[in-house]
Amino acid sequence: MWPAIVLTLELATVTTAILILIGTPLAWWLARSKSWTADVISTVVALPIVLPPTALGFYLLVALGPHGPFASLLPFFGLRSLAFSFNGLVIGSVIYSLPFMVQPIRNAFRVIGDAPLEVAAMLRASPLDAFFSVAVPLAQGGIFTGSILSFAHTIGEFGVVLMIGGDIPGKTEVLSIIIFNDVETMQWRAANIVSAYMVLFAFAVILVTMMIERRTRRLFP
Amino acid sequence: MGNIGSFPLDISFTAPAQGVTGLFGPSGCGKTTILRCLAGFIRLEGGYLRVGDAVWQESAHFLAPHKRPVGYVFQEPRLFAHLSVLDNLRYGLRRVRMMAPSIGLEPMIDLMGLRGLLRRSPAALSGGERQRVAIGRAILAQPRLLLMDEPLSALDRDAKNEILPYLVELPAVLSIPIIYVSHDFTELEQLADYLILMRKDGRVQASGALHTLLADISLPLARMPESAMILAVCVEDYDAAYDITACTANGVRILVPGLLGTAGTTRRLRVRASDVSLIKGTPQNSSVLNILPAHILAAEMASANQMLVLLGLDGQASETRLVSSITRKSWNTLALQIGDNVFAQIKGMALADAR
Repeated sequence: MWPAIVLTLELATVTTAILILIGTPLAWWLARSKSWTADVISTVVALPIVLPPTALGFYLLVALGPHGPFASLLPFFGLRSLAFSFNGLVIGSVIYSLPFMVQPIRNAFRVIGDAPLEVAAMLRASPLDAFFSVAVPLAQGGIFTGSILSFAHTIGEFGVVLMIGGDIPGKTEVLSIIIFNDVETMQWRAANIVSAYMVLFAFAVILVTMMIERRTRRLFP
Repeated sequence: MGNIGSFPLDISFTAPAQGVTGLFGPSGCGKTTILRCLAGFIRLEGGYLRVGDAVWQESAHFLAPHKRPVGYVFQEPRLFAHLSVLDNLRYGLRRVRMMAPSIGLEPMIDLMGLRGLLRRSPAALSGGERQRVAIGRAILAQPRLLLMDEPLSALDRDAKNEILPYLVELPAVLSIPIIYVSHDFTELEQLADYLILMRKDGRVQASGALHTLLADISLPLARMPESAMILAVCVEDYDAAYDITACTANGVRILVPGLLGTAGTTRRLRVRASDVSLIKGTPQNSSVLNILPAHILAAEMASANQMLVLLGLDGQASETRLVSSITRKSWNTLALQIGDNVFAQIKGMALADAR
């Protein structure tokens, strides 16, 4: 049980960290670009919300496997295949949780609008400088919400993880898969305990997020 | 005189390299657009823009906004909500690579009266305080051109009156041109040295020194209700017994109720055209405090019942001008003519609120 808990938390932490790094600039571009390509990319980012996780997981499995398009690059990292590995899980989770990170941040950037950035430019801040010194701090509420949602969503994912990671105890077996396995083997009590904790966890995370959001709205009206 | 900007497609104007240039016109005539072009937020296709010796826009060349040494005070204060007042002030200052800033943090804090607010968050300030921080922040970025886009229009009357004295002080401290956009002419009367009047279609109607344009009775300025002449007066002495200040405008002595300022200081006196009446012949036994010998320079019929009369006051050296608004009936009854010598009367109490 413990290896699965540690693995799940580790996966969620790494995924969230990577998502902050790629989700924030992506959200910035989506919030500010007026070109039609932004709409297309927005759509692609939103796909995991509606797609069956198994469909997404299937394509990721093919793409990350030993015959996938990136296979020839893998030896440079000392790897043969990303499928059925922790790294594969991370890649899958990042893509699967991308909309949960990008959408709150993009909305936060939209709310900020042009005004503070015009001020920053008139105070000699380059666009990159203004991004870090004005846009990111003002959007911290959105970044916080996106991080919590991504973290919680990664902990709750099942289909993608099962497809791409298989079910290797201690390596790719996360909590959601443990529940599935418990049910498969008729261990109702064990399944109930894990499920109940996950329901509690999800409830607490969302409640705390909403409370913190309410507080930041008071601070930055 | 420096060439501030010229937009061959729409408008072109020059403004003095020092002092306040007021940009005045009806809403929608493009005042803000002009400022946004100067700041580089808008790129006019085929536009050309030169400030001093630096070309900011010419065919393919376009200087990015953050590379322009421009200070911009917006209608709303737009303070950074995540920074304290002090950090807002420092934001531009620390990004200027300049050996000796022409104005430092400490003098600016005193100039704008921000000493007690430094640790506060912008959310904890009043509207007037916020705009004062915004003005200080813009100037601390050491601009070589300051743009002010109706900085008082979002404020209530009290906050306006709180900020105006700070704005009046600015040009004396800064040796850079200030372009001040407003649709409230009374602000410009107090601040501007030079005026650019715009028409509704976005073209420049007239430009020139404030007193020159005010003295042009053919312009719509003189036809505005409450239209007035602005006299630069020097405070001479204060009579405490009567609570009256004596001051002079080019040698012409004018009495103003109340304490106008300490002796030797310069003030702007607002004299409404409708408060100036004319006497032909020798006045006697009048309660009117200011009876000034003058001659009629020009006259224009403003409406079926109104005449606008431009007067030259008989003083020394350079002539002080005054506009009088009288009825056409009086004009005809007195048989006034251009060139006539008259007396201009300004009732003392009419100047009581003229500062």
